[in-house]
Amino acid sequence: MIASAPLLRVDGLHKRFGGLTATDAVSLALAPGELHAVIGPNGAGKTTLIGQLTGEIRPDAGRIGFAGEDITRLAVDVRARRGLARSFQVTSIFAGFTALDNVALAVQAHAGHSFQFWADAGRDAALREPALAMLDRVGLGARGDVPAGNLAHGEQRQLEIAMALATGPSLLLLDEPMAGMGREESSGMVDLLAGLKGDLTILLVEHDMDAVFALADRVTVLVYGRVIATGPPAAIRADPAVRAAYLGETGGGGVGP
Amino acid sequence: MGRRERIVQLVGLAFLLLLPPLATATGQPFYISLFTRILVFALAAVSLDLILGFGGMVSFGHAAFVGIGAYVVGILFFHQFENSTFLGLPGTVNGLVVLPLAAAVSALCALVIGAICLRTRGIGFIMITLAFAQMFFYLFVSLRRYGGDDGIALWGRSEFGGVIDINDNVTFYYLVLAILLGFLVMCRRLVRSRFGMVVRGARDNERRMRALGFPIYRYKLAAFVIAGAGAGLAGALLANATEYVGPAYMTWSRSGEIIVMVVLGGMGTLVGPVFGAAALLLLEDVLAEYTEHWQIVLGPLLLIVVLFARRGLYGLILGRPGGPLRR
Repeated sequence: MIASAPLLRVDGLHKRFGGLTATDAVSLALAPGELHAVIGPNGAGKTTLIGQLTGEIRPDAGRIGFAGEDITRLAVDVRARRGLARSFQVTSIFAGFTALDNVALAVQAHAGHSFQFWADAGRDAALREPALAMLDRVGLGARGDVPAGNLAHGEQRQLEIAMALATGPSLLLLDEPMAGMGREESSGMVDLLAGLKGDLTILLVEHDMDAVFALADRVTVLVYGRVIATGPPAAIRADPAVRAAYLGETGGGGVGP
Repeated sequence: MGRRERIVQLVGLAFLLLLPPLATATGQPFYISLFTRILVFALAAVSLDLILGFGGMVSFGHAAFVGIGAYVVGILFFHQFENSTFLGLPGTVNGLVVLPLAAAVSALCALVIGAICLRTRGIGFIMITLAFAQMFFYLFVSLRRYGGDDGIALWGRSEFGGVIDINDNVTFYYLVLAILLGFLVMCRRLVRSRFGMVVRGARDNERRMRALGFPIYRYKLAAFVIAGAGAGLAGALLANATEYVGPAYMTWSRSGEIIVMVVLGGMGTLVGPVFGAAALLLLEDVLAEYTEHWQIVLGPLLLIVVLFARRGLYGLILGRPGGPLRR
């Protein structure tokens, strides 16, 4: 996996909030096509890390390289246009728009500028057709006309993924895509992500260990903002430091199935 | 658009088209001037709805752009009358010059004001737009040359090279109606275009829009400028309607009235603010005969709309009140 130049390269990232070190000398490298999971107990700094990768949070020190360029200081929307897409831990959709409009808007974000004032975007085949195809791909093909706010929770999570995919990214940051899902919905999401594997480089932050170990090529474990281990799933599962960190938190629930 | 909405719009349009002959036939030509005024404020309110209803930008300084548009007409009239120049340019009363110029100057001011204000949001945005409007108010109060507090009384309305004569109240009414309808059609296209989708998306979920890759600041600014242009045009028409220009056009209470028209009529409906402007000005006209404290009635009415009809009077007419006002 390490043979080619990494698509995402994080070097010595630091972030403090007052007295709390949320990100402590984090370094990561994602090879093109890799599905890399980041796990860790609550408060380990996973979401803060995602925030720095997307540009919502400015790191105190360190460097983020993406596709060979330094993006540490770039704004959120600039990074997104360069091919870095994300999903949100708490579902973040346009509740008043239909599901199809949500995805069409994501397509539009990467279809040139939007200073087009006259033509009806709702009848724009260049937006609607790719959007419909994407809804189909995530299994929402029949739900396009439903207001996104009226979709079931699991469907909204699928819509999140469809929107991220519709921007045609090279790197997908998924912040707990299974959050709040039932067992059946989760397994649907695992199938969906497994289908994406290989085409895309994916950084997956997830609590669902079954999903992580089923999907990930490599796993990085964060504890108190610090990377305590990185490696293939089998090695992570056997790592004593990882076991200690998780056993310490859950008092019995081990890592993995 | 539903069937009922189509019917409501057609009936409203027919009423507005037939109003001058009806008013003349019934010997009440006063209503032509009143409705001209309503249409002028409707134009200002529709332009505010574009950013308030569709963009979620609560601008509390929209009257400033109305005032600026009015002063473009007033100042150019003044120099024409005095036979002097303004920044080296001669004055004029040519409507084909002053109306577009009023829109352009207001748009330019909106560009500068918006560029600063849109760096804030929520209550900060409300306060800073209010502050800018107050600055313009006091600027024009202090301009002695242009009448200061007293403003400028115009001697007649803008001229259109003899093609139409808007000193005739009926002609002027139809000109204002045509401009309002044109602006409504433009706005309707706008909110459904790619541009409109970005502005509406930014209202609902700015963070998501950024994550998708939209540089939303420039789109919001463009919407703010378009709204400013519409308000400037309304100001130019207001100057013509009243044949007077003064700083009173840009007081903060005037900005508040335009917001009330939008909320009362129905935010984010475009046509609603026309109903809002009509409701507010007719209410004022009727109740002011009985008491100068006519807003005592307006208050509870606004309260009821805000509490029970998110889509305002327009939503009520369409049978889709939409529940309480949120956001």
